[in-house]
Amino acid sequence: MQDVVNKTTVEKRILAPRDSRKTIGSIHVSKPRMVCRDVNVYYGDKQAIRNVSIDIGCNEVLAMIGPSGCGKSTFLRCLNRMNDTIDICRVTGEILFDGKDIYDSSIDVVPLRAQIGMVFQKPNPFPKSIYENIAWAPKIHGIVESKSDADEIVESSLQKAGLWEEVKDRLDQPGTGLSGGQQQRLCIARAIAVSPEVILMDEPCSALDPIATAKIEDLIEELRTQYTIAIVTHSMQQASRVSQRTAFFHLGDLIEVGTTEDIFTKPSHQLTEDYITGRYG
Amino acid sequence: MSPLVLLLSLLVLSVAGFLIGRQKALDLARREGGASRLHSLPAYYGALTALWCCLPAFFMFLIWLGFEQSIVTGLMVADLPEEARALPPARLNVLINDIRSLASGNIVSGEVTPLMRDAAAQYISLKGIGRMITSVIVLVAAVAGILAVYRGIKPRLRARNHVEKVIMGLLVVCSTIAIFTTVGIVLSILYEAVRFFQQIPVAEFLFGLEWSPQMAIREDQVGSSGAFGAVPVFAGTILISAIAMLVAAPIGLMSAVFLSEYADRRLRMVAKPLLEVLAGIPTVVYGFFAALVVAPLIRNSGVQLGIDVSSESALAAGLVMGVMIIPFVSSLSDDVINAVPQTLRDGAYSVGATRSETIRHVLIPAALPGIVGGLLLAVSRAIGETMIVVMAAGLSANLTANPLQAVTTVTVQIVTLLVGDQEFDSPKTLAAFALGLVLFVGTLFLNIIALTVVRKYRERYE
Amino acid sequence: MNKSAGKSVARSSSGRGRTIDIVNKGLKSRYRKEKRFRFYGLLSIVASVVFLAFLLSSIVLKGYSAFLQTYIKLDVSFEAGMLDKQNPGRSDFQGIVKAAIRDYYPDVTGRQDKRDLFSLFSSGAAFQLREEVLNKLPEEGSSISLWVLADDDVDMLMKGHMKRDVPEGERRLNDKQLRWIERLEEEGRIALRFNTTFFTAGDSREPELAGIWGAVKGSFYTMLVTLVLSFPIGIAAAVYLEEFAPKNLATDFIEVNINNLAAVPSIVFGLLGLAVFLNFFGMPRSTPLVGGIVLMLMTLPTIIIASRAALKAVPPSIREAALGVGSSKLQVVTGHVLPLALPGMLTGTIIGMAQALGETAPLLMIGMVAFIVDVPGGFTDPAAVMPVQIYLWADSPERAFVERTSAAIMVLLAFLISMNAVAVVMRRRFERRW
Repeated sequence: MQDVVNKTTVEKRILAPRDSRKTIGSIHVSKPRMVCRDVNVYYGDKQAIRNVSIDIGCNEVLAMIGPSGCGKSTFLRCLNRMNDTIDICRVTGEILFDGKDIYDSSIDVVPLRAQIGMVFQKPNPFPKSIYENIAWAPKIHGIVESKSDADEIVESSLQKAGLWEEVKDRLDQPGTGLSGGQQQRLCIARAIAVSPEVILMDEPCSALDPIATAKIEDLIEELRTQYTIAIVTHSMQQASRVSQRTAFFHLGDLIEVGTTEDIFTKPSHQLTEDYITGRYG
Repeated sequence: MSPLVLLLSLLVLSVAGFLIGRQKALDLARREGGASRLHSLPAYYGALTALWCCLPAFFMFLIWLGFEQSIVTGLMVADLPEEARALPPARLNVLINDIRSLASGNIVSGEVTPLMRDAAAQYISLKGIGRMITSVIVLVAAVAGILAVYRGIKPRLRARNHVEKVIMGLLVVCSTIAIFTTVGIVLSILYEAVRFFQQIPVAEFLFGLEWSPQMAIREDQVGSSGAFGAVPVFAGTILISAIAMLVAAPIGLMSAVFLSEYADRRLRMVAKPLLEVLAGIPTVVYGFFAALVVAPLIRNSGVQLGIDVSSESALAAGLVMGVMIIPFVSSLSDDVINAVPQTLRDGAYSVGATRSETIRHVLIPAALPGIVGGLLLAVSRAIGETMIVVMAAGLSANLTANPLQAVTTVTVQIVTLLVGDQEFDSPKTLAAFALGLVLFVGTLFLNIIALTVVRKYRERYE
Repeated sequence: MNKSAGKSVARSSSGRGRTIDIVNKGLKSRYRKEKRFRFYGLLSIVASVVFLAFLLSSIVLKGYSAFLQTYIKLDVSFEAGMLDKQNPGRSDFQGIVKAAIRDYYPDVTGRQDKRDLFSLFSSGAAFQLREEVLNKLPEEGSSISLWVLADDDVDMLMKGHMKRDVPEGERRLNDKQLRWIERLEEEGRIALRFNTTFFTAGDSREPELAGIWGAVKGSFYTMLVTLVLSFPIGIAAAVYLEEFAPKNLATDFIEVNINNLAAVPSIVFGLLGLAVFLNFFGMPRSTPLVGGIVLMLMTLPTIIIASRAALKAVPPSIREAALGVGSSKLQVVTGHVLPLALPGMLTGTIIGMAQALGETAPLLMIGMVAFIVDVPGGFTDPAAVMPVQIYLWADSPERAFVERTSAAIMVLLAFLISMNAVAVVMRRRFERRW
């Protein structure tokens, strides 16, 4: 990537100055699944996200990158209202899902989260068997009625997460006994089991070794055909490998959005270029 | 010299020792050309002097304090006239107690005879002599300590290392007191319990169904033998503890769940201290409340319903004991629930679980070992609780599972058998130690399991 | 893999709407369960709080009247020969009081009636008179009026705990006695006044003469012994275990011991005290010294555990910084770590002391249940402590002791609550986050 960047600097593009905080690039897509407009997030008096507007398209992988503390995880957690669990967190602006504002008072978070699943930084399987880890959510939602329904969902979810072959003989063993990479794929299978439309991933590979990471990345590529995926990542290589569009955050502002290729080859903002060339991070 | 005065003089001597030692070190430093010529700071030389002044002397003082009574009493008994010493041990004990009370100016149980008055005077004088000898020994030891160190103070003396070694030794001694306490408990209870089991077989005690420890004073009285089958006592203990846990476990657990998962900050700020107040109320207050308010309440409502309820029903004692344990269960559960990592909650919420589903299916199973450990500790506490049952439960040992009847517990029996009785030979008093042994072993077992489970649980999420 | 993925695509594309519909359909009943669960939680808290309120209010309701005491105004005249001139303190004050009562009720003559009449007055009246006389020697032939203590039955009547309208056989005062009291009431000679006796006297068989002061002082001496022993020992043990002890089997064993001792029933410590301190060492029974030692052993684990937590909270960076400038390990601890951990240790100690102050069971074992009238003056005087006094009074049959028990509980709770409040304030004040 280093020489790619060098080439672009040779072209002498005109970059937006470092102190410009307006979003550069097209925030729109042709077939949006989620639409975010002027989203602000506050923790108590502190503002963590400022006026972020972006679309997330159907069947695309949107990568969110940026230095630590830039608000990318905070923003991701707004998308299925996981921030609700934090008392002092307040969100303004609108985030539309299927044309409805998910922060509207009429919206119920329980079915919302059934449609927008999430995978976390650290694998967090429940202290239950592998089978129960997958089957639990469909059961509480009433999606499965019989044992055979549940079996089917468990198998298909594990298949999709690429874990079936590894665990099919020990479904009754605790999920916490798996290796880190397997646990993370179990968590992805758990998210898939309730047939969500969007999957949010918060640095899903940060706790994994390179081989496990590669497996997850392959999986993301496959899942894209059925789901919309938003992924926060610390690794620019990962963003460039798995995503179609990339959004760059910096200190609570969305600095630049564009196709992944554009962002990494010809960024339009000085901060983006600084970041992807590794001047800070 | 009274012990307090002796201690004070020891303190004064130590301070003096400190000052003298430091002064000599300062003088030395001046002569040698600067404090850096000394191995340690002058204050360390002072501290070393003070330590050697007070530690050996204090140790001697403790020894005397521990054995004063037995030595003085022994000497006094040896001086008693022949006919008094020939009394049977029990009578002699009463006599000795009377003489002692006479000597300390308290009320005496019987008539004061000239013999007793003489003996009391002898006792007082012996005690005075003993005190004098101790005082001399202690003070001489203190001064000798000061002199010995004072003469040894040289620039090369590694005073700091010496002082630190002594202090370290003291720290070690302090930290082993817990062990000595346990050993003391085990030995003292075991010793008396063994004496009990020499008279009553272990099997009869553990499996016998009848408990009436009252021994007749005269041979011809009815029921003079006494029966020591402790099963009804154990059953009563278990019944009352079970009632207590039926109250405390669900309420305590649900309180903890509510406070940690549902309540907002303001409610927590109010409710937690209130629960702490409940935990801080002395058990004697609960006992008073159980006996005076709850028991009559239950009895009266029983009468209204036409049910026969004992005025010392197991239910009243158990209910109040349960309330006493609520804050205990709640704070332990609160700890373990809070130790469940937030990521597990996030995982459950992210697939669209409601709060109660998250709590019931994820948090509680995850916290289960910790909760079980906490409940075991609570059971151990219920079994060992004394005042509530002493004041609100019965004395007669009924073998029943009916919570409306009166039952008795291990702790109640220990208290009734030991309070007011001073002779240590009858199976009646020794039985209390046998019960104490069972109580100690039982709770020890529960505690160790509980503490291990809780510790393992904590390590898992750390 | 591909095949199954294809199958799922079909499933989810046809079933996309369906899944969310199923979820929505189940929501209502799930939220009902949610509400119920939440309600149970709230109910638990409310139940505990209601119980607490019930307990406290019933104690206050039962006990507040003990702070007042019925007094009767008596006119005492000192005729010639009534007072012992050489030694006025040894006069027959009982007789003087009785004479005064007879003067006031000249029409009471029968022997039984006289006894009933005298029983309206406390036996403490004579002591009150004695004090009054010793205070200011009255001249012969003069007279004074004095408010003297009424008997506890009269006190109960005045406070409404004894009903006047029940049949004579069901109350402890007979009809004649009621009439005499009514006369006193009409003339304004009987009144409720602040009960100073309760706060200044030791125990007594007569409720109107019984006070809490002896128990307060007994508790004070006992707590002093406990504090003086447990604070230094507890902190030394905590410092050793946390800062110096190597991690080996021996220290593990100490740790297990401490944790277990914290959960051993308190009565077992009483058995230890009885067998070791009283029977083996022959230390004096019923004294604050032995009580304090037993309570020290009981409180020690609490203090050690709290102190260790306080030491743990001091960040290692501070130790490293101090070691880095060449201090010895002991100097690091005494100079830097201890001062920072001290507030936490003090808080733990206060909480442990509050526990010890409310403890009863082990003290019963070492004979602190004796009936002790004198206010203790030192560590080796026989004494009662507050919780034991409560236990003893709770066992007494007289109605008047019920209110005194409740009042004693209020006094004890006042001490405990203020101790805990100090602990809470200290924790808030010194709570530091690194």
